[in-house]
Amino acid sequence: MSWEIVIGLETHAQLSTRSKMFSGGSTAFGAPPNTQANAVDIALPGVLPVANRGAVERAIRFGLAVGGEKVINRRSVFARKNYFYPDLPKGYQISQYELPIVKGGEIRILTKSGEKTVRLTRAHLEEDAGKSLHENFRDVSGIDLNRAGVPLLEIVSEPDMRSAEEAVAYAKALHALVRWIDICDGNMQEGSFRCDANVSVRRPGAPLGTRAEIKNLNSFRFLERAIEFEAKRQIEILEDGGKIVQETRLYDPDKDETRSMRIKEEAHDYRYFPDPDLPPLEVSEKWIDEIKAKLPELPEAKRRKFIDLGISPAQANLLTSSIQTTNYALLMFGGASKANAPVFANWISGVLSSKLNEANLDISESRVSADQLRRLADRVEDGTLSGKMAKEVFDAMWAGEGTADEIIEKRGLKQLSDSGAIEKIVDQVLAANAKQVEDYRAGKEKAFNSLVGQVMKATQGKANPAQVNEILKRKLAG
Amino acid sequence: MLNASLKELAGALAQKKISSVELTQLFLNRIEKLNPALNAFITVDAQKSLAQARAADERIAKGGTQPLAGIPVAHKDIFVTKGWLTTCGSKILSNFTGPYDANVIERFNGAGAVTLGKTNMDEFAMGSSTETSFYGPVRNPWGQAYVPGGSSGGSAAAVAARMAPAATGTDTGGSIRQPAALSGLSGLKPTYGLVSRYGMIAFASSLDQGGPIAKSAEDLALLLNVMAGFDARDSTSVERAREDYARDLEKPLAGLRIGVPKEHFGEGLAADVGKAVEAALAQLEKLGAKRVPIGLPSSGLSVPAYYVIAPAEASSNLSRYDGVRYGHRAKEYRDLADMYRKTRAEGFGAEVRRRILIGTYVLSHGYYDAYYLKAQKIRRLIANDFAEAFKLCDLVVGPTTPTVAFKIGAKAADPVQMYLNDLYTIPANLAGLPGMSIPCGFGKDNLPVGLHIVGNYFTEAKMLNVAHQYQKATDWHKREPDL
Repeated sequence: MSWEIVIGLETHAQLSTRSKMFSGGSTAFGAPPNTQANAVDIALPGVLPVANRGAVERAIRFGLAVGGEKVINRRSVFARKNYFYPDLPKGYQISQYELPIVKGGEIRILTKSGEKTVRLTRAHLEEDAGKSLHENFRDVSGIDLNRAGVPLLEIVSEPDMRSAEEAVAYAKALHALVRWIDICDGNMQEGSFRCDANVSVRRPGAPLGTRAEIKNLNSFRFLERAIEFEAKRQIEILEDGGKIVQETRLYDPDKDETRSMRIKEEAHDYRYFPDPDLPPLEVSEKWIDEIKAKLPELPEAKRRKFIDLGISPAQANLLTSSIQTTNYALLMFGGASKANAPVFANWISGVLSSKLNEANLDISESRVSADQLRRLADRVEDGTLSGKMAKEVFDAMWAGEGTADEIIEKRGLKQLSDSGAIEKIVDQVLAANAKQVEDYRAGKEKAFNSLVGQVMKATQGKANPAQVNEILKRKLAG
Repeated sequence: MLNASLKELAGALAQKKISSVELTQLFLNRIEKLNPALNAFITVDAQKSLAQARAADERIAKGGTQPLAGIPVAHKDIFVTKGWLTTCGSKILSNFTGPYDANVIERFNGAGAVTLGKTNMDEFAMGSSTETSFYGPVRNPWGQAYVPGGSSGGSAAAVAARMAPAATGTDTGGSIRQPAALSGLSGLKPTYGLVSRYGMIAFASSLDQGGPIAKSAEDLALLLNVMAGFDARDSTSVERAREDYARDLEKPLAGLRIGVPKEHFGEGLAADVGKAVEAALAQLEKLGAKRVPIGLPSSGLSVPAYYVIAPAEASSNLSRYDGVRYGHRAKEYRDLADMYRKTRAEGFGAEVRRRILIGTYVLSHGYYDAYYLKAQKIRRLIANDFAEAFKLCDLVVGPTTPTVAFKIGAKAADPVQMYLNDLYTIPANLAGLPGMSIPCGFGKDNLPVGLHIVGNYFTEAKMLNVAHQYQKATDWHKREPDL
């Protein structure tokens, strides 16, 4: 009998505000330790928190994007989560507990097995803790409070995912969404977007199994590996007749395994209670309307538009992976037909993407603009360029040699599509290669390719390959 | 000058009858003479105070018109004060120098006042006698064997002994009003949210409120004018139009309805206090007020509810004193947990530790609903009681405390007896209402009795009006201890 893996994710997205969740302290990343922590952040006696309006607005934007107005709680409450740790200056973290700002919503994902909806439980505002530095010190730990108070949106999913692939698809969709609506820079190396995975296994149809929570997964690959390892570990235990203990585990990317951090019995009693320093967060209809009016069209709507243009769901997914990619595609596709759009999409997902990856550039920094790429693609469509020639032109464009037409002109790359001229050359090649003609007629298919090669060589590669093929076949048959 | 009102002092300074330096020195001399016995001040720094006084004199010479220009004011050591030791009466902050000014301090500085020193207090404002201070108990100027009340006992003793013209305090369950009553002074706890809590070291955030302690209601009005006002750094600060709290002082009291809650005149009220309060009620009637019997049926639940909510908030508020970033840290420890344990066991006194334990307990998983949530419900009942009462009357009047000052050490071993001292004052904190205490006579051993006045939200001007009219007709507030 098979096992079913059940996964829910808790994702911390750092909100892209300049100041912290409850103080005017800067959120800039990478500054020397403790230079971005003000009196409130280090919890001096007497200081008080003030909620950051920009962070609240971003949380509302998220709610609107995943579920519309109905998932925004008009009244939510900041609560204190109490525990002692040196990088937690107040001895409590301000979070939201019973009444989060967003309740519900959903994320659509696409995997090899098709489309699926992952339900969201909630999303709540909270502040980050500082960082304990155990390296570089002898006998003591260093504390860096720069991160302390950085605004986070914790997004909690229902246990709706059934494979590591689905979990990654969900994380990627969420990652794309938070950047799309411009609430988080999505920088995973800097910890701006990180996931905790709740993983359990069960026999299909059985109630949920005991889960383990894997903390702080800051890459999609780690997320995938950690879930795969953890599910395998649990299945092995169960198949050996053992029991899963509810616990928090850490993923070690070097060893590619998860290890126990603490079991449930050791879990803190956080003594949550409403923060008396912060009145309940009231969100007016007017404010929601204002935020809604500024919200860009969401990836799902754009995706549907691409599919309507004849683009495959998988490619539509890729084109909506970021608002920049979508904007690029829409600029390039301007007025494209259903026949052309998929071809244009190939340019973005193929040649352009690999070039951008190679140069480590975002599509918004592309050296070939959408408009220029469209002109190049048009030259292939109108037969001026072969695919191979177009690739050469693209490289030249990337190198800054000019527009497609300028490069075609300069390099004399215009494709030879005059069938009379091609026929003439074919005749010459056939006459000069009697052996190959004979071989072909004797059934050696390979000889055909050689003849094509000869024709292309004779035209310095400019002959329209489709036409060459067609003419050659006709002549050889005759 | 030692007995002068703030108005008189401002006049003398403006007319250059006395300089701020001279005035400040006068009070510094008085402190030097009396403080060793009374222990009202934790920190006195003559150099700093005199420098501020000199600057004030220069501004006065240039014709400046700040409301408290050159007037010395003592601040409770709960207000973080830049460059001044700020201990909150605790060992754990015994090495903590304020790196910034609390909003209240900023406001006094902005009004031209001179910081005369930092006054002694119950540790983290937890106490009703100023006996829990790490710096030792404060003695009541009216009888040095007695407590001055608390937690703002240092401020009360300083003003009562004429070591300061006025002082600041904070009131979480009665910590301004009770020491004012026990020390023969006028003290006002404003409506919650009127005075910014920024820089006021938190005890119980939803109850804490700063306010003035002075010799008269008129002085309180001038001080409240300085202290009150919106502060964006305190999310519970109330944004409303500025008002002059002295504007109604001279209004006659004809037609005023004073509500007298039967619950505050029952069992537990000492006869001497009851007698003085009754006389004060009669005096108010003579001034034109009408007496209205009212009920505050949930009043009896206020002390238990308070001793759930206040410790709960305190247990969390005091978590930051962990020895990691500032304040006392244990000298020797094995590991992190041991450092926390020793630092906090050494740094906090018994009463603070008791309340942290109570607070931690009531917030614990499985107990939260039974204690904290229930206490919050009682809080609403108490607020409702007052809302009902204010349909019948303009102010609620009664005794501030059940008894006059008790002897130092008398209740130190019995926390519940100590807590019951705040029986009449706590409801105003739970409801967020303004409350004040003014002297209304003397009880046994010639110790002062306080009259408690609770107003509806933001009716401080009316409360001060009533208090001022009463003080015009009586002279209790003018009496001073024989020192």
